[in-house]
Amino acid sequence: MDAAVRLNAHASGPAGARPILLVHGFGCDQSMWHHVAPELAVDHRVVQLDLVGSGGSDLDSYDPDRYSRLEAHAEDLVALCRELGLEDVVLVGHSVSAMIAVLAHLAAPELFSALVLVGPSARYLDDGDYVGGFSPSDIEDLLETMDSNHLGWQSPLAGLVMANPDRPELAAELEATFCRNRPEIARHFAGVTFLGDNRDDLRKVTVPTLVLQTRHDAIAPVSAGQFVHDQIAGSQMVVIEGHGHVPHLSAPTETLKAIREFLAR
Amino acid sequence: MSGPRSDLFENAPCGYAVLDASGRVVEANAELLRLLGRSRDEVEGRLSLAELVSAGGRIYLDTHVYPMLALNGFVREVALDVVQADGERVPVLVSANVTPGPEPDQTRTRVVVLEARDRRRYETDLLESMRTIEAARRDAAELAETLQRTLIPPTPPAVEGLSIAAAYRPAGDGREVGGDFYDVFQVAEHEWLAVIGDVTGKGVAAATVTAFVRHTVRALAMQFRDPADLLVELNRAVLDHDTDRFCTVVVVRLVDDGAGWSLTGSIGGHPLPLVRRPDGSVAELGTHGSLVGVIDAPIFSTFRHRLGDDLLVLYTDGVIEARRDRTLFGLERLLPLVSASDHDPSAVTADVVEAALDFQDGDPRDDIAVLTLGSGRNPPPPG
Repeated sequence: MDAAVRLNAHASGPAGARPILLVHGFGCDQSMWHHVAPELAVDHRVVQLDLVGSGGSDLDSYDPDRYSRLEAHAEDLVALCRELGLEDVVLVGHSVSAMIAVLAHLAAPELFSALVLVGPSARYLDDGDYVGGFSPSDIEDLLETMDSNHLGWQSPLAGLVMANPDRPELAAELEATFCRNRPEIARHFAGVTFLGDNRDDLRKVTVPTLVLQTRHDAIAPVSAGQFVHDQIAGSQMVVIEGHGHVPHLSAPTETLKAIREFLAR
Repeated sequence: MSGPRSDLFENAPCGYAVLDASGRVVEANAELLRLLGRSRDEVEGRLSLAELVSAGGRIYLDTHVYPMLALNGFVREVALDVVQADGERVPVLVSANVTPGPEPDQTRTRVVVLEARDRRRYETDLLESMRTIEAARRDAAELAETLQRTLIPPTPPAVEGLSIAAAYRPAGDGREVGGDFYDVFQVAEHEWLAVIGDVTGKGVAAATVTAFVRHTVRALAMQFRDPADLLVELNRAVLDHDTDRFCTVVVVRLVDDGAGWSLTGSIGGHPLPLVRRPDGSVAELGTHGSLVGVIDAPIFSTFRHRLGDDLLVLYTDGVIEARRDRTLFGLERLLPLVSASDHDPSAVTADVVEAALDFQDGDPRDDIAVLTLGSGRNPPPPG
């Protein structure tokens, strides 16, 4: 299956313009770029996608063994860029995909010429002096919260979906609920996301990098962004005044301004 | 919210809060403060919704709920745990909507919080039961599959000077093993035993009896040289076995006496073996004996045959009792078919299975087993 189909990739903007690849993080899907993608597409070739296991991606391609490493998602990004013939790519990764972006750059340095890391954290769990912000029991609590919110998938309807692969409208009814990916996949991806540690990968980054986040981010606090900034030589850091983990939804104007100023440098 | 707190807000029978653009609680009603176990001064203008829920809920708010609110303008029935000042957790269901203000920082989010202790306990129990059921179903399916795989007749061994071809096709969609079996094993130097049989019934219960019969034949083969004696003992063993099932069997002892294979065999209620001669003529071999495992004093006789260049074809009733509408495949189709086949064990075996399957449009009602033996000293060229 083509990477573009597997990843539910969509392109917009002028064909010859510099490509920007927008990669959503843990939780939802590419609709998170709803506010910023059209603006960027004025003068960039914008490619949005759903990570395998999320949104409209090919869920059958989610092999838990393969996707137990973030590198697998990074390989998907590389495969997509090669398939679409993209070069000189600005790779924008949010949340866990900030680390996926770093790994994609390390795997195929010739493809990516700039990284924008939105709300990055190299490690979510505390570790000695390093403050990730979370303990293992917090992550366990997240998994339970997700289970409680996946009741739709436990319903008789979900049983019907599993028993009727030839009736995709049943699955569509469940999947239409934005931000409610399949529980077993969401659970697995949550573990891979929050138990990861990519601190050692940051120093290997060799392209211009922007670290972008809000002042008050409960998932990736400024200290986490600062660590990423400190580890990536020559990187730039912009802190947007505001709250939340998703500045491209809560502060799209400031987010666009920061990205445009970074790319203009 | 402007003006005095309305009765509708303050005395609503659910927790009710208004959040500012940063997620901080601007106003909270009495029921919400009761759920939170906190005073108005502690909460209003001070704490955000994220700070009032468990750590996992905090992550869930930022990664799921706020994006949904930002893009859809509402969320419904989000399950969270609020954490009271003393650490006690209260399961709640949260619904919310967003009212945009003239400026982005004037956006207000209204949140309704319902206590859901009993409901969530029930849901948690339900979820647990679903998991248990799913795990049990998976275990059972896996066990059945593993068991059935071990009960499918194995590939026959390579025997010097003997050409052996075997095929087994379970009934129906192939997922349920039936009672047919075959076996070829060595009993002494230059001496082998070939068995084909059929235990009544289908499924794992029949297959366990099949396994019992197969292993009993193997054990008895070491003690009884005469296949008819072997069947008498097998009859006793099946009668003694704790089952109502019985079986049909053909046992053939093959001895390589230096001049070729000398066959002695016995038949217990089973379709008679066929002999195909190099000239294409086909005949049945031996005489019918009693069913095995039904009566106390069965009658089995021994047949003898020099294999020479002949082929010996053993098959189960799934072949001749293959049915199309009300017509049976029968010997009248099988004999010409074997006669028309190439004089080669693989060709005969494949032709018989294919014809029996075709006769039933590929959906056999009973399982089918075929075992064909030929002298392998001068194997005919393929084709």
